[in-house]
Amino acid sequence: MAVRKNQATLTAAEKRAFVNAVLELKRRGTYDAFVSTHNDFIMSDTDTTERTGHRAPSFLPWHRSFLLRFERALQAIDATVTLPYWDWTTDRTPNSSLWGPDFLGGDGTGTGGRVATGPFAQSGGNWTLTVRPDTRNYLTRELGQGGESLPTRADVDAVLAIATYDAAPFNSSSSGFRNNLEGWTGINLHNRVHVWVGGNMSTGMSPNDPVFWMHHCMIDRLWAGWQSRHPGQGYQPVRRTRNVVALNDTMKPWNDVTPADLLDHTKFYTYDSAY
Amino acid sequence: MSESTTTTEITRRRMLQGTVVATAVAAGTVVLGLTGPTVTPASGADTESGDSFDEVFRNRRIQGMPMSGEGHHAMSGYMVLIDGRELHMMRNADGTWISVINHYQTFATPRALARAAVNSLDGADLAPLAA
Repeated sequence: MAVRKNQATLTAAEKRAFVNAVLELKRRGTYDAFVSTHNDFIMSDTDTTERTGHRAPSFLPWHRSFLLRFERALQAIDATVTLPYWDWTTDRTPNSSLWGPDFLGGDGTGTGGRVATGPFAQSGGNWTLTVRPDTRNYLTRELGQGGESLPTRADVDAVLAIATYDAAPFNSSSSGFRNNLEGWTGINLHNRVHVWVGGNMSTGMSPNDPVFWMHHCMIDRLWAGWQSRHPGQGYQPVRRTRNVVALNDTMKPWNDVTPADLLDHTKFYTYDSAY
Repeated sequence: MSESTTTTEITRRRMLQGTVVATAVAAGTVVLGLTGPTVTPASGADTESGDSFDEVFRNRRIQGMPMSGEGHHAMSGYMVLIDGRELHMMRNADGTWISVINHYQTFATPRALARAAVNSLDGADLAPLAA
């Protein structure tokens, strides 16, 4: 069984294996297909129309499946690789080893916020952005410059204490655990981490920054933490509901997996420590 | 430097010389909600979501206008251009706005959204929107 680990605990060899698999996926063109898929849903998921990947109950199972597909693509290159998670309640500064030159590289510098260090600096020749919202073809970041702070442990605990998974109208205005976690209302865990990293992570093409996967791995871990705290609660809506994915509906673009199929992550992987 | 001192109002006449807007009008595919040149109060206060605007912010021309009809703007009912290129945007259920550049952060008005995008672009141009 694959174990997903805290990125801060990875050995130098584990970091190298992850980075090399990501770079190989990029070289093959597969990586950019993931960026495209994400942005397609970002652009089409709205509060009043069909919504699947974002601002909707299926935000969590959609991203769980998205991450699983990405992880399997990495494992096809190197079977030892699993997705690490970034626990931003503990690794909270631009000085974290996460942003080291041997891992994700550092903050953006100069005009345009260009990341100039590490394996994902465009100058290294392995990381040119093709699916992008503007003319910059290089990775950009503005760590901590977006006016948002990273969520604290207390913020996470407060969100995990919300008993109801989601509620009508099942969009960005909903109360409930999912939307407080996603961040369109209330405490906001997920959205503000995108803003804190800034640069590409602020955009619809956020998977251009590999930290996307580590952030969403943390969000996925928090879903599991919520489930263990509320064994009597479950995914909503259970019944067919206009414009959103109910418990037993298949999810686009794959059409081969439902939220119900994904509720138990231990069928696929475990976490080194539960939240 | 405050936003109000870097902001320059552009007349309606000049606004209508904008290629994208002029083309859209000529094609008859859109309804412009123009009510004349917008006036920015000296305080730099923001416009309401139903108003149009046309200004230079940090050396970028930003324009916003209520829209209906075909295209990306049909859903949001509004279009923002940065140096003539359309910014993909979306309205949230609570009336706030997000764009493809600042997707995870909400803004009270399209003008604030446009200015935030200019700040994030940091001199770069928007990529053309896919059809």
